[in-house]
Amino acid sequence: MNLTVLVELTYLLSAILFVVGLKRLQSPATARAGNALAALAMLLAIIATMVDAEILSWTGILIGMAIGGVIGGIAARTVEMTSMPQLVGIFNGFGGGASALVAVAEFLSNPAIGAGTPGVTMLLGTLIGGVTFSGSFIAFAKLQELMTGNPITFPGQNGFNLVLLVVGLVIGATTLGAFGFLEPLTAFYIFCGISLLLGVLLVIPIGGADMPVVISLLNSYSGLAASAAGFVIGNMVLIISGALVGAAGLILTMLMCKGMNRSLANVAFGGFGGSAGVDRSQIGQRPVRKADPEAVAAELGYVNSVVIVPGYGMAVAQAQHELRKVGDLLEGRGVDVKYAIHPVAGRMPGHMNVLLAEADVSYDKLFDLDEINDDFGNTDAVLVVGANDVVNPAARDPGSVIAGMPILDVDRARRVIVMKRSLSPGFAGIDNDLFYMDNTLMFFGDAKESMADLVREVRELS
Amino acid sequence: MAEMGELMIGLYVFALATMAGRELITKVPPTLHTPLMSGANAISGIAIVGAIVVTGRAEGTLQVVLGVAAIAMAMINVIGGFMVTDRMLGMFRKR
Repeated sequence: MNLTVLVELTYLLSAILFVVGLKRLQSPATARAGNALAALAMLLAIIATMVDAEILSWTGILIGMAIGGVIGGIAARTVEMTSMPQLVGIFNGFGGGASALVAVAEFLSNPAIGAGTPGVTMLLGTLIGGVTFSGSFIAFAKLQELMTGNPITFPGQNGFNLVLLVVGLVIGATTLGAFGFLEPLTAFYIFCGISLLLGVLLVIPIGGADMPVVISLLNSYSGLAASAAGFVIGNMVLIISGALVGAAGLILTMLMCKGMNRSLANVAFGGFGGSAGVDRSQIGQRPVRKADPEAVAAELGYVNSVVIVPGYGMAVAQAQHELRKVGDLLEGRGVDVKYAIHPVAGRMPGHMNVLLAEADVSYDKLFDLDEINDDFGNTDAVLVVGANDVVNPAARDPGSVIAGMPILDVDRARRVIVMKRSLSPGFAGIDNDLFYMDNTLMFFGDAKESMADLVREVRELS
Repeated sequence: MAEMGELMIGLYVFALATMAGRELITKVPPTLHTPLMSGANAISGIAIVGAIVVTGRAEGTLQVVLGVAAIAMAMINVIGGFMVTDRMLGMFRKR
């Protein structure tokens, strides 16, 4: 068997292992092994490439790998679980950037590429990779609060973006030798600039609350960029892995949109997700029933079933460890404790589950919306911690701005305890009728301190 | 096959891999969506293969610099992505 065949077979094995690895992600019990398989697939692909490629100098390759490996390793080890959306966001950007640079380097080594397939795939790789790169940095800056999380909009924004895209495509065609009003190399640099600018313009109008959608979408783009790079250099394993990632990102994007009952177009062009221009004067003006930690402990400690609903407020306050202690203590008293997690409870798909897993909550106690919504009617008490819009019964009212959004039906439980800092509205900017219901008790305070108080009070129950 | 051309074969592969990806990913439970995403992220670091190819045959300084930057970025994705996914999945325990 000659070397080329062996290399090609290694690539094939690598592609198969990526698929098997993803398949094992279908259960928490096998997921870790699946991730290791995918890593093995990557190692095989890298080794095959190093054996096969005509390499003039190893210096740059090894330096690049060392730099990237050290940065990636440190980031992976030190990142806080609350910052996972930022990390994934910036990693998306690096993936897209790498794919774009592959296309760029390919063009620079052959500026007379012409208007054939290689030229078109090179432009696609540059465009998708460039948009992913700059868009991901904006998403990172928003999540890291280096810039405002509110939508940044200007009049005629969508029209401007469309014109820019058309100009970009014309310049792109010039790069390949069409029209001829610019040198191909000059045209190419302009094309790169337009790609990066488009990435920025596509993400700035999207608000902080919509970031789960954006992160998922950029994840999809980073896969498509890798696929495009695969077309550029004619490598099947890039095309396959890129397609797998592209599909994964797209599915998560759709799930996040469904979780907010919005279309992708509405997220992308709606400029929603901020709190500008909402009349807040009537919010929080009605009387509520308040409860102190002692009363809350008594409500939770003597019943059969409790469902805990964590929201983003809990994550911000880093209250997950105290919350888990509350759950453990209640279980120790014989209470059946479950955790109900809304699809958009965190800042990225599945974020809340990771935070609770980190706090050592057993994964078989985590339930998603479809699994648990029918149970609320038979639940003695619900403890909502730092969640708002995702438990707002207004979603059932066709006239509400959140009409049709899937919510956790916590109001159907016999007793609802809402732990919150104040009566201020969530991202949707509207009041929440749940807070004023007869069976609701408001438990005000900082999530972390309140949960610590609750731990103490539950311990003191007889 | 030879007449079909590399582009056509590539498109077939892309389309079928996308379908396979769809089937695989829809069955991943919501509780694993963050590790799924960071794992997918690591897989998109496969661009490192392309980066090694273009860097290996680069002749001008600019191409080498771009190639090395591409390798470094892809490697951040690969090492960082798989490691952080492993770290997260290690937290998912059943008691």
